[in-house]
Amino acid sequence: MNTEDRWAGERLKETHFHPRQAVLNLRDAWSSWNGYKFADYYYDAEYEYFCVRNSCGTYDICPMQKYDVSGPDAEAMLNRMVTRNIANMMENRVTYVCWCTDEGRLIDDGTIFKLGPEKFMLTCGSPCLGWLKKSAFGFDDVTFTDMSDGIAALSIQGPTSCEVLKKLGLEGIETAKPYDIMHFPFHGSSGDTLMVSRTGFTGDLGYELWIAPELALDLWDALYASGEDYGIQPYGEAATNMARLEAGFIMPEMEFNEALKTVHFQHDQTPFELNLGWLVDFKKPHFNGRRALLQERDKGPEYTLTKLDIEGNKPAEKAYLYSNKRCTRKIGYITSAMWSPVVKANIALAMIKTEYLQGDIWAEIYYEKELRQTSKVAKCTIRKKPFWTPARARATPPHAY
Amino acid sequence: MKNFDTIIIGAGHNGLICAAYLALGGQRVLVLEAADTLGGLAATREFYPGFKTSIAHSVSQFSTKIVRDLDLKAHGFKLGKALATVGLGDAGDHVIVQQGAVSGVSPDDASAYADYRQLLRRFADVLKPVWLKTMPRIGNNNLSEILTFARIGLKLRLLGKDDMGEFLRVAALPARDLMDENFDSDLLKAVLSWDGLIGSKMAPRSPNHTVLTMLYRMSGEYDGDHAIPAGGIGGLITALYSSAKDAGAEIRTGAKVGRILIEANAAGLTATGVELVDDEQIMADRVVSSADPQRTFLELVGTQNLEIEFSNRIRRLRCDGYVAKLHLALDGLPEFSGLERSDGRMIIAPDLDAIEFAFDDAKYGESSERPVMEIVIPSLHDPSLAPAGKHVLSAHIMYVPYRLKGGWTDEAREALCERIIGTIEHYAPGIREQIVHRELLTPLDLEQICNVTGGHWHHTEFALDQMLMMRPTYEAAQYSTPLSGLYLCGAGCHPGGGLMGGPGHNAAHEILK
Ligand SMILES: Cc1cc2nc3c(=O)[nH]c(=O)nc-3n(C[C@H](O)[C@H](O)[C@H](O)COP(=O)(O)OP(=O)(O)OC[C@H]3O[C@@H](n4cnc5c(N)ncnc54)[C@H](O)[C@@H]3O)c2cc1C
Repeated sequence: MNTEDRWAGERLKETHFHPRQAVLNLRDAWSSWNGYKFADYYYDAEYEYFCVRNSCGTYDICPMQKYDVSGPDAEAMLNRMVTRNIANMMENRVTYVCWCTDEGRLIDDGTIFKLGPEKFMLTCGSPCLGWLKKSAFGFDDVTFTDMSDGIAALSIQGPTSCEVLKKLGLEGIETAKPYDIMHFPFHGSSGDTLMVSRTGFTGDLGYELWIAPELALDLWDALYASGEDYGIQPYGEAATNMARLEAGFIMPEMEFNEALKTVHFQHDQTPFELNLGWLVDFKKPHFNGRRALLQERDKGPEYTLTKLDIEGNKPAEKAYLYSNKRCTRKIGYITSAMWSPVVKANIALAMIKTEYLQGDIWAEIYYEKELRQTSKVAKCTIRKKPFWTPARARATPPHAY
Repeated sequence: MKNFDTIIIGAGHNGLICAAYLALGGQRVLVLEAADTLGGLAATREFYPGFKTSIAHSVSQFSTKIVRDLDLKAHGFKLGKALATVGLGDAGDHVIVQQGAVSGVSPDDASAYADYRQLLRRFADVLKPVWLKTMPRIGNNNLSEILTFARIGLKLRLLGKDDMGEFLRVAALPARDLMDENFDSDLLKAVLSWDGLIGSKMAPRSPNHTVLTMLYRMSGEYDGDHAIPAGGIGGLITALYSSAKDAGAEIRTGAKVGRILIEANAAGLTATGVELVDDEQIMADRVVSSADPQRTFLELVGTQNLEIEFSNRIRRLRCDGYVAKLHLALDGLPEFSGLERSDGRMIIAPDLDAIEFAFDDAKYGESSERPVMEIVIPSLHDPSLAPAGKHVLSAHIMYVPYRLKGGWTDEAREALCERIIGTIEHYAPGIREQIVHRELLTPLDLEQICNVTGGHWHHTEFALDQMLMMRPTYEAAQYSTPLSGLYLCGAGCHPGGGLMGGPGHNAAHEILK
């Protein structure tokens, strides 16, 4: 019998943590990310969400793209590419960045890890080697290595996450400030086997762990052993999406269309439209898209991504927004929406025409009640701050639970 | 300390023209030329003691508006009479095209030629508004820029329905089809396609823009006939120099710019001057470069000071030249069999296939087995180019690749030179004995001698994707560039290369606007 898998090349790849996660994925709820098999949820999305908010959870970020960017020109090359100034970054720090086309349209957002004077790691949601190579044209002394398969990365988020890491034996982890990177020995090895950054996508206390693939399962086992009494639980895409919305973070294909994949003229976004103006540092004399972004800043973005608190409890998914209750003047649309259990509010992110931000905002919400379609019009209130910003997310050392 | 309003990099004809207009407009202008002589690809250089010639050897399209505006006649410019274009026949049966008529072909071809020429003249007229105008910016709705197109549209309409249709039909036709439709004589077809092909990476069967190139080259005084100015090509450059100088421009030779100085502050990046290779810095309100686009952006500005997509578009510009130059110092006037006068432009290309096959060799990185070429004896028009009784021969050789497989070794150069001379000898049997010295400049040599990337005739390929508002690429097609304070004015800009003056004229117009 021919045992060769005819579809081998088409099948989803398995991440370095897959053997453990497969066992825990009671619902077989898989989706995919960058060609990897990737849990949508393991048991129940809400349950996992509550673990992240009340104890801790792990989230597999192996499919996230990771590039080693090294060489004497690495900093200059990255600094020309991203809108933020990374020239003053300290070693072992992480910064959140975005990068744009020449026209100032957002290509992607991600993080830059400064690991040495000439060594950086760039992480982002979608593959961007092509853009990196284009960006490096003219910078002779920089090399890229796609580390996406070569590093096992696991996020651990939630109020007990620091305790779990302490119990794992990461001495001094509580001194790591947000966006700090620390290195630890692991499993008897000396030195820097395990890298930990105090980063995450939940707006809460949390860390990301980076280790060689061959140690991935050992790390998992050790972490789950340490976390047993701290409510550790894997969570998937669905719970992440809830947590990040509460934190006010943007998602590709929800809040923004990656510019390099956008077909229609200006159906992509600028950082200003996405409320990421704070990432655009005009004190930096040159970066890609600067001229276009300066114009955009001065004339004001057509749309602005806005946080809304919506009356009632019906999630305003995909709703249109109007400036009047009769819903005759359309001014925008919802990009993400949910009932937030921690905030106890009906929250949403929305793209709203900037000129209408001062006036009334009404959402026309369609929902289903036991198979009957119905709709309601609900008043929206703008929230300036992220819906969920607990002090523990920033406290150093974090409170011990 | 700021001494100059404008620094112009390069004193080719476009740099000089731009300088003259800006100086006439009241600016303090400094022109910096790397070479020791003026003129760039049109500079006259001594290639052997006592023997001189220029790379470009004839003029077909120099703008009459520029002659008037800059009063070039008062500065000694005079276009000689139209040259005959001679297709050299194997047995002295030459085809001669001159002043709208052709001889050496059948009566049918002769009358077809009259019609053909008339039609092309009308088409050339349609495009006239294009060459000396700034092209509209893509995505911009600026009225005056759009009017340029409206004007072409109007002119097209005025052609009448049939001709308009015909124009649109032939505009991107391969030369071969156009010729086959009109003529029988192989030699005539080759001669008439010549000006649609030379300088491009294009052969008779290539679809794209050969007809547009012909029409572009018909924008000058003689509707496409070539001529040589009084005092040779040098006469044109001297007149431009004198006009710019009189207007107040300062012009320095032997001054090679090493980089464009850029100020970086909260206002962004701004070009503020230049640094010469000997470290001298000179400041100005703006820098205008007539160097080719790749040289300007990739070497003088530096990619790190540009945007990512823009610099990659500049990287992708097609800049490999396919024309080489042969210069011969001769101790007498060569005799071409069966040709009474050799003061015309002589083309060696027996038929369209000969051109096509020469191209086929080059496109795979070989130098042509049977090169095709255009020959002029410049010393017949400007005796100062050679000692009394002696002559220089100048030939444009197609197709000679910039990147030769195996590289341009001395042997490769010598072998090609031998083939070329052998070919010429076939038409001018005694010429080998007259040769005192010979020089073959491959595109690679031209790159080094003339500071032009790829040694390209037009600085960068003159083709549909690099024309009009796409020349050299969008964001730099209106002479201004993404770098504030930096402008372009050389052949790499709209309308393109050739001794025409459009880029220099248009750039100055934009700057003075
Ligand atoms: C082989 C060949 C034959 C040709 N024959 C003809 C012909 O017969 N008829 C015709 O009409 N056209 C001909 N052409 C085309 C024509 O010569 C060119 O298109 C035209 O001369 C270009 O003029 P320009 O002023 O734009 O640029 P150029 O003449 O190239 O001038 C640019 C100048 O900039 C200078 N420069 C570059 N870098 C620097 C620097 N860093 N610092 C200072 N100076 C710098 C260069 O030295 C040069 O002098 C020919 C071209 C070639 C290659």
